[in-house]
Amino acid sequence: MELVTIILAGILVASATYLILSKSVLRIIIGVSVLSHGVHLLILTMGQLKRGNIPVLEDSVSSYTDPLPQALILTAIVISFALTAYSLILLLQNYKELDTDNTEDMKGVPHGD
Amino acid sequence: MATNILPMLSIILPFAAGVIMLFMGKRPIPHRIVSTIASAAMIVASLISLYLVYQHGPLITYMGNWAAPFGISIVYDMVAALLVLTTAIILFFIVIYSFQSIGYEREKYYYYPMVMFMITGINGAFTTGDIFNMFVFFEVFLLASYVLITLGNRKIQLQEGFKYFVVNVVSSNFFLIGLAYLYSVTGSLNMADIQVKLSNYDGNLAIMTIIAVVFLFVFATKAGLFPLYFWMPGSYNAPPMPVIALFGALLTKVGVYAIARTFSLFFTNDMGYTHQVLLLLALLTIIVGCIGAIAYTDMKTVVIYNIMIAVGVIIVGFSMMDPEGTLGGMYYLIHDMIIKAALFLLVGFIIYRTGKNDAEDIGGLIDHHPIMGWTFFIAGLSLAGVPPFPGFFGKLYIVESAFQNDHVIAAIIVLLSSLVVLYSVVRIFIKVFWGEARTNYKLNDIKYDKLAFAAVSLVIVSIIFGLSADALYPIFEMAAETFYDPSVYSNYLTGVE
Repeated sequence: MELVTIILAGILVASATYLILSKSVLRIIIGVSVLSHGVHLLILTMGQLKRGNIPVLEDSVSSYTDPLPQALILTAIVISFALTAYSLILLLQNYKELDTDNTEDMKGVPHGD
Repeated sequence: MATNILPMLSIILPFAAGVIMLFMGKRPIPHRIVSTIASAAMIVASLISLYLVYQHGPLITYMGNWAAPFGISIVYDMVAALLVLTTAIILFFIVIYSFQSIGYEREKYYYYPMVMFMITGINGAFTTGDIFNMFVFFEVFLLASYVLITLGNRKIQLQEGFKYFVVNVVSSNFFLIGLAYLYSVTGSLNMADIQVKLSNYDGNLAIMTIIAVVFLFVFATKAGLFPLYFWMPGSYNAPPMPVIALFGALLTKVGVYAIARTFSLFFTNDMGYTHQVLLLLALLTIIVGCIGAIAYTDMKTVVIYNIMIAVGVIIVGFSMMDPEGTLGGMYYLIHDMIIKAALFLLVGFIIYRTGKNDAEDIGGLIDHHPIMGWTFFIAGLSLAGVPPFPGFFGKLYIVESAFQNDHVIAAIIVLLSSLVVLYSVVRIFIKVFWGEARTNYKLNDIKYDKLAFAAVSLVIVSIIFGLSADALYPIFEMAAETFYDPSVYSNYLTGVE
């Protein structure tokens, strides 16, 4: 089970790399959020999947699933949500002001500045 | 195990000030008042905390009273105390500097709250004792810095802001990957606990080295170390001057602090490899920074490349991992935060007054501003490390430690870099302040009393810091101890005072 999720995380990170290396700003932003999904999956896997009971304290149960990675990715998901929201606004402003969504045109000092 | 509020104040105060300002709405004058009061209160609180840490050892707070390895703990040790105090002093003067430089529109659109949120994140990253919490605080100050870099909507800001955003988001994701690996190896997130667990680590060293390299990749991107500095000269050029001063003085130094902390606490099992890599990257950073500082005459760019040189010198000190090296690194870190802020403010003063970015276009400014001119000169000497200015003592210990560890080339590069720093800054001084007054510009008629006050005060702080080096020695000794003897950091876990 761990192996499958690790491979899935790898595929996500690989597609994110492909997207980030493209020239369209929107693709880069989608790439960044796909990258964060891959990383979150990796964190979840690092605490081992399915190794026992639900993480509720009870004396009769001795092996628990590790609740910490779940708490961690919850925090990380919230952060990446905020970042995605901000990056979309930035994309919109960039498109309005610079009149381009191609990173090729975003070099040097912009025209008229 | 009571919750001690004092170490939390450095996080609570700026956060509360930011929230209060958000509720006030778009009213710049009350924003100014609140942020000045908050930053002055932070100076007082951090001075008191520094005294308490000096008297009684680290101040520890357990969030929600969860005992140490399980909950999040705030570890306010000497390193954190010094960094938080320096941050508060720099913040105070930059806030005053902003009154006359940032512009009414930016003030109206929540400039001060964003500065305060950024300081919240920076102080949090300095004081936290939990590695995941450090990631969260990194995100807090990064998110505020994304806003600050694009605030004002100039084209260059949006363009460079987007690059800055992508670089930092990708490196933050790698931070999470590193955290995931570290958690799977140690099963803990508390930094002291990880240190204890890794000091008896007998597993595979290769996995630890991989984790070390992932962490180095992350923090080197934030700090602007050699192969990963490419975003810095462009992005730091875009925002207005007070924001650059905040970024240059504080943001890169958080990366340096994180490198020093993680590489002293976690990655000590294979020092022959990890710390050699660190040393090599630091030296390459110094060389690239020197080339940049000589190559440009644009004043902002020269100072930005000087950040890289300083980061390299500090990392050379920390990569030695002996008492002298870490002491010098710690001292130079604090010195560089103060003097870089001062230098940016001085350069900003020149730019605001003349409207020119390039030192070649300006001349003869000393007729109008003799005090600022000589302050700039002193700041340049201090930056290069001429005694009795503070840069000298830091470099002295770093070079001494490099010689003791047979890194002769490292010591020579650090010494030669001082000459380059001196040359690059004095060249600006000669071009801008001496020579014939140019006719291709005329001085902007702006109010500049607060600009001058903030810049000169920071240089005075730096001089006082240098002259009192002797008295401050025990404090820095105490700070350096947590780096070269990491078990001191973890003592609070076992209750040893």
